[in-house]
Amino acid sequence: MRLQLSPEDQSFREEMRTFFTREFPESIRDAVKAHRELTRDQIVESQRVLNKAGLAVPHWPVEYGGHDWTPLQRHIWHEEMQAAYVPAPLAFNTSMVGPVIAAFGTQEQKDRFLPATANLDIWWCQGFSEPEAGSDLASLRTSAVREGDEFVVNGQKTWTTLGQHADWIFCLVRTDPHAVKKQRGISFLLFPMDSPGVTLRPIELLDGGHEVNEVFFEDVRVPAENLVGEENRGWDYAKFLLGNERVGVAPVGHVKRLVAEAKRHAGEITVGDSTLLADPLLAARIAELENDLLSLELTALRVVANSADGKPHPASSVLKLRGTELQQAATELLVDVAGPDSLASFATEGSDVPEWARVVTPQYLNFRKASIYGGSNEVQRTIIAGTILGL
Amino acid sequence: MDFSYDNEQTALREAVAGLLTKAYGGDERRTVTRSEPGFDEATWGRLAEMGVLGLPFAEADGGMGAGPVEVALVATEMGKVLAPEPFVETVVLAGGLIAALGTETQRTELLTAIAEGTSIVVLAHAEPGLRWSPSAGSVTAEQSGDSWTLTGVKEPVPHGARADSFVVSARTADGATQLFLVGGDAEGLTRTGYRTHDGGRAARVAFAGTPAELLGEAGGDRTADVERALAMARIAYANESVGAMDTALAMTSEYLTTRKQFGVTLNKFQALTFRAADMYVSLELARSIALWATMVADAGGDVVLAADRARLTTSRAGRHIGKEAIQLHGGIGVTAEYKVGHYTSRLTAIDHQLGDGDWALGRLAAGVAGHESVDPLS
Ligand SMILES: Cc1cc2nc3c(=O)[nH]c(=O)nc-3n(C[C@H](O)[C@H](O)[C@H](O)COP(=O)(O)OP(=O)(O)OC[C@H]3O[C@@H](n4cnc5c(N)ncnc54)[C@H](O)[C@@H]3O)c2cc1C
Repeated sequence: MRLQLSPEDQSFREEMRTFFTREFPESIRDAVKAHRELTRDQIVESQRVLNKAGLAVPHWPVEYGGHDWTPLQRHIWHEEMQAAYVPAPLAFNTSMVGPVIAAFGTQEQKDRFLPATANLDIWWCQGFSEPEAGSDLASLRTSAVREGDEFVVNGQKTWTTLGQHADWIFCLVRTDPHAVKKQRGISFLLFPMDSPGVTLRPIELLDGGHEVNEVFFEDVRVPAENLVGEENRGWDYAKFLLGNERVGVAPVGHVKRLVAEAKRHAGEITVGDSTLLADPLLAARIAELENDLLSLELTALRVVANSADGKPHPASSVLKLRGTELQQAATELLVDVAGPDSLASFATEGSDVPEWARVVTPQYLNFRKASIYGGSNEVQRTIIAGTILGL
Repeated sequence: MDFSYDNEQTALREAVAGLLTKAYGGDERRTVTRSEPGFDEATWGRLAEMGVLGLPFAEADGGMGAGPVEVALVATEMGKVLAPEPFVETVVLAGGLIAALGTETQRTELLTAIAEGTSIVVLAHAEPGLRWSPSAGSVTAEQSGDSWTLTGVKEPVPHGARADSFVVSARTADGATQLFLVGGDAEGLTRTGYRTHDGGRAARVAFAGTPAELLGEAGGDRTADVERALAMARIAYANESVGAMDTALAMTSEYLTTRKQFGVTLNKFQALTFRAADMYVSLELARSIALWATMVADAGGDVVLAADRARLTTSRAGRHIGKEAIQLHGGIGVTAEYKVGHYTSRLTAIDHQLGDGDWALGRLAAGVAGHESVDPLS
């Protein structure tokens, strides 16, 4: 056991910090800082800057732009990126479909997709969930029927994040409706969002934003060469995808940023002859949140260090569960710091309520999603109880 | 102590519930809150016809001479369907201040107009950075002879763009808080309206040497009067939030019995039904304290203290129920297209309107040394 970073890791951290704070476009970091929604162009630019510096896909195989970093170094990369308000690379590309293609795709697929995926020349969206297949993903019904060298896809996906920006979708489809186990009849298919027969309907979220969609498929013809891996083995690839990433599962850097922001604002709000930050109730709440976050970050470091075998560590469920809880607690803290000003949520320019106080409640409402998507917190508890505790 | 309603109150509740269910029983609220003024003028008119908008005012002032209990049951019904009409804002808060302080002319004129539904009056009191203080902040009142002018910014003012007139708190030269009446068309008055996250409306209201009329007779500091009016409004909001929690839990229970995953309805998972049971516990405790605070107000007790107690419990319960209602619905809970999330949004808005749970807790904590125990029946 040792507390300090090795000199090597220290200089690695310095290197990351310097790049993110000095060389990454300031305008994008400012937008993230102000909780403004990034445009598609900003997200693309951001990822290309990272990719050019070799920082978009460090966990990929070296031949496709990855690095042989230690898990600790990847953790440092991720934390420094968040601390500097640099948007993380698009998860659909770099954490989801990229690693699947790298692990299970044909050489042709790798050459065709991986460089474009790392550079966000192709924007991917994730077509897993369906109206009747949420937590019970394996019950999905979107069908793909083989006709010669094509699949014909019919059905519907939902909750498709940023589908409106996407060029391609990676989709779980049912190719064998008769499989004894429903997990066995699923395949992993890739196709362009502008294929004939694909339509998109925006879903408005509670904060008024448009980040998810319903996607409908009507006789969409997909070349068989766009099947990843073996037919009817898609469930294995999906499990690989969902369990692949441990670094960044707990949004530690994001929560730190939110808490720091709450403290900054609370220090500037006058209450009586002191500041809100000196209010004992608020201070106690912040202290507790910071301590919870410390224990989470340490757990993340511990889990990361123990994951050398490449298999998902079951404790990543702890990170997802607690991480989203703390993320939600931090967004709630910001609303409470804004207090009565938080009501001015859609005030326009000219308002005397500061911009930060106007965005905190929509953000709080929006982040209720964090304990629902990516395997809800109930699903994470099921995993902890079942896989870890054997209950 | 008696928690039940008498026949008249029961009849009122049924009538209000009928009216509001007709207005907002389906998807109407979404349409109504998407266009200006953010509520339905026709529904407002119907509430006036039913006598609801004059409930707490004296008959001599054009009101019904009813009290906090009637106000609370209306607020609860409004909460159940998330009716966006400014009942608490206009009748309880602005109306309450006018009833308590106004001259006879002011009372008959303004309260009659509120009761008849012809005038929306709101309290312009909040100022950016001023945390739920009962005193005015930076808006100042200047006297010259018998006339007054106001200068400064109030924000966020609920329904400030639509309001026909305002009760405005301002600081006079001697530092005291006074209340003034300002017409919506007053000179030097600028208002910029916007939507709030819960579908409501608020505005930035700026005064630039705006002529104003003193509310009531000239006198000392009005801070205690504002505090009392805010307390009455907090109690009404406590009841409104109980109505909202009630529906949020009902929707959640209903959803658990209909939504299927893994081949069964979600209520087959005890992990989820227990969570609904905990929501019920929160709801019933909140309901008790909201009703108790209402009875304290009715009996002329310490409304400020009762309001703080009600605020703390309803704030905690509102957060608990609001969060769980979304979580147990899954993805559909965070959409604007499905209703349940709007309940969470509204509960969040109410919570931050006139002082949140921790704020009330801070005030209560300051007083624990002053009593041996808390007796509801004093
Ligand atoms: C903002 C957002 C973005 C998303 N983006 C994407 C995307 O890009 N691509 C994609 O494919 N999907 C996406 N999703 C979908 C997400 O993965 C699902 O919402 C999630 O799987 C939950 O499914 P559901 O919403 O149908 O809820 P349900 O599965 O119906 O669950 C409802 C409630 O029941 C609980 N529950 C369900 N089963 C059990 C059980 N057995 N035991 C205990 N509790 C249970 C759940 O935890 C939840 O609380 C997104 C969702 C959201 C909200």
